Amino acid sequence: MPLVTPGFKGRGRSSDPKLPPGQYLVTDFPVLSAGPTQRVDTPDWEFQVKTETGKVTSWTWESFRALPAERFTTDLHCVTKWSKLGTHWEGVSLDNLLAGIETAAEFVLVRSYGGYTTNLPLADLLGGKAWIAYRYDDKDLPREHGGPARLLVPHLYLWKSAKWVRGLDLRTDDQPGFWESLGYHNYGDPWQEQRYWGD
Amino acid sequence: MAGTAVLGGLRWLVATVTELRDETTTARTIVLDVPGWPGHQAGQHVDLRLTAEDGYSTERSYSIASASHGEHIELTVQVVPDGEVSPYLGRVLAVGYQIELRGPVGGWFVWPATSSPNPTVLYAGGSGIVPLMAMVRARALLGSAVPFRLVYSARRPEDVIYGDELAGYAATDPGFTVSYVYTREGPADSSRRPGRIDEPTVSHAEFGRDSDVFVCGPNPFVETVTRLLGKAKHDPRRIRTERFGSQGGTS
Amino acid sequence: MTTSLDGSALAGPLSEVFAVDITRGIGRCANCGDSNPIGRVDVYLDAPGSVGRCPSCEHVLIRLTRSPDRLWLDMQGLISLELPIP
Repeated sequence: MPLVTPGFKGRGRSSDPKLPPGQYLVTDFPVLSAGPTQRVDTPDWEFQVKTETGKVTSWTWESFRALPAERFTTDLHCVTKWSKLGTHWEGVSLDNLLAGIETAAEFVLVRSYGGYTTNLPLADLLGGKAWIAYRYDDKDLPREHGGPARLLVPHLYLWKSAKWVRGLDLRTDDQPGFWESLGYHNYGDPWQEQRYWGD
Repeated sequence: MAGTAVLGGLRWLVATVTELRDETTTARTIVLDVPGWPGHQAGQHVDLRLTAEDGYSTERSYSIASASHGEHIELTVQVVPDGEVSPYLGRVLAVGYQIELRGPVGGWFVWPATSSPNPTVLYAGGSGIVPLMAMVRARALLGSAVPFRLVYSARRPEDVIYGDELAGYAATDPGFTVSYVYTREGPADSSRRPGRIDEPTVSHAEFGRDSDVFVCGPNPFVETVTRLLGKAKHDPRRIRTERFGSQGGTS
Repeated sequence: MTTSLDGSALAGPLSEVFAVDITRGIGRCANCGDSNPIGRVDVYLDAPGSVGRCPSCEHVLIRLTRSPDRLWLDMQGLISLELPIP
């Protein structure tokens, strides 16, 4: 273990049982990014789902916002160890978005404006576990937090909740995304502390 | 130019605090003794690693304030009110404490950058003065006659760090000048109203479009100065920047 | 923050990999072909890992992540790296 620095306490760290192992509670909402904040205006925004057969379904902002939406409250867990509880969102459930899309795909590669990608099993997007969210805390989702719309998959570490989301590739094979291809865990369950490959 | 400190993978070294010096009400200089210190170039920084008793560990980068001198280095830390690390370094750390550090780091934002340095303009925004002060001190230690113009932007006169030392150099060395830009409140006798750095300040400080320029401070400051230098058609390849981030320094 | 830092912000982590300080080096972007000192690279540090982007086109030049016992490095965005030998 590194040398202990006398008198250094660091951030308040709570061993709250509501928190996954190794996490600490924050009250602000840290902004972390692998690149510059993306600036996409809603008239230019497009979301595409491509199946394993190559079939593409797309939505403009208007058609996307016409889908049934819901308001929900959830907890966020970032692999950099902060957790924020009880966050309020509004978005379209992936169950609604993907209803009517025929696929035998098991995996998804999520794509964002700016080039970021992340991957997860399709099953983890369904069953009320994921949304395309466009409002946070009763306001339009700020750009720095992924606006106009981001993916939200709260049961996995927050790097899976791709900001500035632009589409999903439904695939029969699993393709590691931006961080998964560089040592981060392929699945990322915070409750099993799956931060890195091999965890 | 001495080929100091860029060979060999860097190890974490143990540094001992030997002296603490208050610079302003919110900034203090930490003097460290670092056995094994290979020497450094002005402009380089160190990474500090702080570890709590439960094993929680975090790292922050701090620019070295001193010119290279044996195994002693100086850091000047500006306390950020709700920061995690700077309040500890600025208020809790005491003489005799030991802290881990790695360095020196960063071989691009250094002076001198070549074996025959040009007249140089240095722009410091807030705590961005720290690595530039290392350059001013290195220049003094070398007895260099290379002309230096320092433009130092601070909120108020009481926020200026190293003010007396800078005045000393300006008084005794015709090749060194320092001018201040106060953004919130200036001295009572100042002819200039407080405000951000502007085009006239930059064009007045210019030696020529090809001279070397170093800019350091919070991102908005660095971006403003870079933009103003662009307007003045300064050769971008001669400009070196060190952005401290949106908060004006690691917190 | 999503504002970036300069290349020296990568120098510390990279010092664990390279014996030479690569921020002095000149890197050529695989995307746009521009050459820039690594010290000029736009660095994003807060993400799960560190990312260095081309100052001309923002293409990812370098990615670095660290777990407790491993360091991962991807430099496929750099088509070449020219380093001065002190």
